[in-house]
Amino acid sequence: MGLLRAVLRHPSGRIGAAIILLFLVVAALGAIGLTPHDPLKQYVIDRLKPPSGTYWFGTDLLGRDTFSRLMLGIGESFLVAFASVAVAATAGTVIGLFAAWWGHLWDGILMRIMDVLLAFPAILLALLIVAIEGPGVATSITAIGIVYTPIFARVVRAPALALKGREFVEAARTFGSSQPYILSRHLLLNLVAPLTVQITLALAWALLTESGLSFLGLGTQPPAPSLGVMLAESKSMMTRAPWLMVFPGLTIMLAILGFNLFGDALRDILDPRTQERPA
Amino acid sequence: MNYLLQRLLTFPLVLLGVSLLVFFAIRLVPGDAIIAMLGTEAGLLTDAQRASLAAYFGLDQPVVVQYGRWLAGLFQGNLGISTTYGKPVLEVIIARFPLTIELALLSMVIALAVGVPAGVFAATRNNRPSDLVVRLFAMLGQSTPSFVFGLVLIYLLSVNFHVLPAMGSFTPLFVDPLGNLAQMILPSITLGFAFAAAVTRISRSAMLDVLSDDYVRTARSKGASQRDVVWKHALPNALIPVVTLSGVEFGYLLGGAVIVEQIYALPGLGRLTLDAISQRDYALVQGAVLFIAFNFLVVNLLVDLAYAALDPRIRLGGR
Amino acid sequence: MTPLLSVKDLHVGFGRDPKANEVVKGVSFDLAAGETLAIVGESGSGKSVTALSINRLVDFGGGRITGGRITLQRGDGSMLDVTKADESALVRVRGSDIGMIFQEPMTSLNPVHTVGAQIEEAFKLNRGLTGSAATRAAKEALERVRIPDSAQRLKYYPHQLSGGMRQRVMIAMVIASNPRLLIADEPTTALDVTVQAQIMALLAELRGELGMSMIFITHDIGLVAGIADQIMVMQNGVAVEQGALDAVLDNPQHDYTRHLLKAVPHFNGGRAVRSDGSRVAGAAPVVRVDNLVVRFPAAKGLFARAAGAVHAVDGVSFDLVPGETLAIVGESGSGKSTTARAILGLVGTTRGRIDRASGRSPRPVQMVFQDPFASLNPRLNVESLLAEPAIAAGQRRDAKLRERMAFLLARVGLPDDALTRFPHQFSGGQRQRLCIARALMLNPEVVVLDEAVSALDVSVQARVLDLLIDLQREFGLAYLFISHDMAVVERIAHRIAVMYAGQLVEIGTAASVLSDPQHSYTKRLIAAVPAIERRKQVFTVDATQVPSLVRPKGYEPQPSRWREAGPDHRVRLETV
Repeated sequence: MGLLRAVLRHPSGRIGAAIILLFLVVAALGAIGLTPHDPLKQYVIDRLKPPSGTYWFGTDLLGRDTFSRLMLGIGESFLVAFASVAVAATAGTVIGLFAAWWGHLWDGILMRIMDVLLAFPAILLALLIVAIEGPGVATSITAIGIVYTPIFARVVRAPALALKGREFVEAARTFGSSQPYILSRHLLLNLVAPLTVQITLALAWALLTESGLSFLGLGTQPPAPSLGVMLAESKSMMTRAPWLMVFPGLTIMLAILGFNLFGDALRDILDPRTQERPA
Repeated sequence: MNYLLQRLLTFPLVLLGVSLLVFFAIRLVPGDAIIAMLGTEAGLLTDAQRASLAAYFGLDQPVVVQYGRWLAGLFQGNLGISTTYGKPVLEVIIARFPLTIELALLSMVIALAVGVPAGVFAATRNNRPSDLVVRLFAMLGQSTPSFVFGLVLIYLLSVNFHVLPAMGSFTPLFVDPLGNLAQMILPSITLGFAFAAAVTRISRSAMLDVLSDDYVRTARSKGASQRDVVWKHALPNALIPVVTLSGVEFGYLLGGAVIVEQIYALPGLGRLTLDAISQRDYALVQGAVLFIAFNFLVVNLLVDLAYAALDPRIRLGGR
Repeated sequence: MTPLLSVKDLHVGFGRDPKANEVVKGVSFDLAAGETLAIVGESGSGKSVTALSINRLVDFGGGRITGGRITLQRGDGSMLDVTKADESALVRVRGSDIGMIFQEPMTSLNPVHTVGAQIEEAFKLNRGLTGSAATRAAKEALERVRIPDSAQRLKYYPHQLSGGMRQRVMIAMVIASNPRLLIADEPTTALDVTVQAQIMALLAELRGELGMSMIFITHDIGLVAGIADQIMVMQNGVAVEQGALDAVLDNPQHDYTRHLLKAVPHFNGGRAVRSDGSRVAGAAPVVRVDNLVVRFPAAKGLFARAAGAVHAVDGVSFDLVPGETLAIVGESGSGKSTTARAILGLVGTTRGRIDRASGRSPRPVQMVFQDPFASLNPRLNVESLLAEPAIAAGQRRDAKLRERMAFLLARVGLPDDALTRFPHQFSGGQRQRLCIARALMLNPEVVVLDEAVSALDVSVQARVLDLLIDLQREFGLAYLFISHDMAVVERIAHRIAVMYAGQLVEIGTAASVLSDPQHSYTKRLIAAVPAIERRKQVFTVDATQVPSLVRPKGYEPQPSRWREAGPDHRVRLETV
């Protein structure tokens, strides 16, 4: 993977990659139950304990270990982020690609439908979907997936349209190459770069939206730990137990920062101006 | 004018799509509409009462007819009656709108006032330390969720100054300007921070693109100073992506900032919708969502007009 | 007398370590007041960087002057070492002492300001004119560069003007500040040849009027013959030869100069046409185009849909026999490329017939495009690129196919380890060879070459042309060679068809069309082609504009009438 190596050489890419890797490891440990304490167990005598050697990030009002809960929360957030971006990237790519390739009426219809979806603020559209499906992880995935589909459709359509007019696609037509061949070899293959960048940045946004939904009580449902829920719970106790706010807050920030840094590095590296024509 | 005409013509189409989506999305909500309207009291109804209620609200008609009626009502400004407030939906929404507009405007002003100069500055110092500092702040701004930033602001304020921002009811600007500002400043900064970060990033990259364009070289070759080159020749060409981003963000903010309103306990459009959903006030949900989407589309149309003002190639057509 | 400009041992580098990445490696020259120096070289020779160093614009492109001196005599008689001057001093030099025009008139004007505002700015910066005085001056400047309706045109935005007009606006902007030195960096390269002639005429005239010195940068040694006093030939950052114009052109000392003068295509007025493969009477054509019409709807908004049509190609007929090259020449908008694309089926035809021989190949007509960077998918390796036509024709990627690929690669002069490489690992010339190999994969009868050598450096052009001629003989190919470049056409064409505004105006053997043009447009076109023999030629400024191709709905051109101007030489009668 030459691309991965290039990202690791990029200063902010390296930091981003390190953060993402750290979070993936932590989430994996949380998923297989390797947490310092039981994240759901309430240590009633240890309520609202500040950070210490036993409870690294302190405990909450019910005496649950913040660090263990964070480990699980990260996994939950990442699951939602990856799943929803997978949905959006797949659906958006297909829609954007066909809108560009078929053109004319199809382009108009598909992209106007995307416009309709884009007319709702992300959280609001998610709220509407929550109203239909009821809150929960699956809802978050559907909601965020639908919210980002039009963005991917747009991200794919514009370069696909440009590629469609490129001379190598015209050349392919003069050979009589089939549509599937042109779409996969000439269009999709050249869209990998912008898609990779967009997927990374969308992961950052998906984390943001997921934690926002949880914060509003519409995402992951308590008692299952989630970054947003933990922050929402911390609000009423912020002066008494600031660690309840600080650690989940920093965790979310760091996770989003990781993907943003990685995505920025990717964008720098894949920038067509630096890539297309080697001097 | 081709471009603008096209925009104007698709506007009602998209609006129609939005209304369809909202209408049928609400029908998808599980449960009976009458139960939804009356809550648990619906259980006390006899079948005959239920039928007459359904007939009264037109619920016994085919869905298409219901949609048609609803759409016809929209044109008369009739969005139905909110069950929670017992008032027309539009009235409830309009009461919440000034706060939302003010919040959106204030945060956009902050974002543009900070973001555009910061982005332009960073672009002219490409890769020097001052550029890196600006980029770091922009990156942090973009990576900090509004609820984290908002909570930190409240915490700092309450710990250091032992004051809490006014919460609960909204003090209109014209009634008590100072009180209003005291109430709005923190939420505006919270929203403005991420917004400014986005504006900074896009201004910087747009300026970097433009500064390497041929006409910038032309301007330098005729003896224009760095200041003229940056502000007169480059910036007007770099504004389109900035306007696009600001327009989209502003459009979304007009739909209410659910999370920030929640943190600062502000009665804006976002919380209205959130509450309406949790209280199953579907007429209100439907009306609010439609209102918000409508505003977004109007703002987008204005952005398209702004393109035409900024770029003669769009205004005058051709190439 | 002190020269106006004296450059001594100039070194310019790029990147983090400019000393290690030098693009200009010790260039020296003097330029006297009123004199014109031409700097000639191919891409990468450092000619533009040298020019941009003189007003230090090179700083803004990431360059650094790493050594040498550039001494400029300023308007007040003071001397300034440009390499040591600070930015505020340079701002005063730019415009008022040194004016500059660039290669790309399309992108060199600011799209959001009117041309009037941009010219006025030059007056304001360098002469302190403001308000109505500046507007008046701008109007006069437009008149001086022969732009009609100058008062109206001041309010135009650049995108509303043609390329030639924009270059005139650039010139107007430069003369606004009455500089002592004008640097013209390939000012006509992006323009049609007749427009080029007009701009050259204008530059020569203004230079005389204003007494400016000029540095003229070009890749076309033929072009400088008409305008330069001194000439400097650059290669790889070094001036390999410099001297007076006649001395360098008539008695070149350096091999590279000789190569530029001899090996590179120059226009010879029909004396350098091919003598091989003359047309056999009665040979069955491989392509026959009969009264081809291609129109595009001229949609100006949703309601004006049916207002008219762009008549891109209007009633074109010709045929092409095996083994011959028919060149279609014309300027932008003449319809030559559309004709080619119609033959390939890339655009739909409105009327007319195109008959293609169906003989030895499943796809008897193949095409090579202008831009070798754009016509190869950057994400596919050479093997996949070459295999594509075969796969499309239903063949499998087997040993036999690989054998053919290796054979063709060798034949076009590429190493056979090229198969695993990607397009970006090749130079422009090599890529065009790849495109040619790809077009030959299915053993076609006809290859359409659409400006196939126009994007290449002049010395690469010559070699690719030679390759094309060899391949034509070996495989019995017929070429349809679309080009705007008469020098290139003279080298490869057996027959020439001239297109103007969508119509064929003259067709015949290459020798007779080039040496004895009959149609007024052909005459004008050929007169505009620069040539080494045409020294210090005075061009007359001719502002004939190509007629609009947009016609009202239902418009039909008058049927064309032709006359014979000789054996195999036909000319369309002109309606006066």
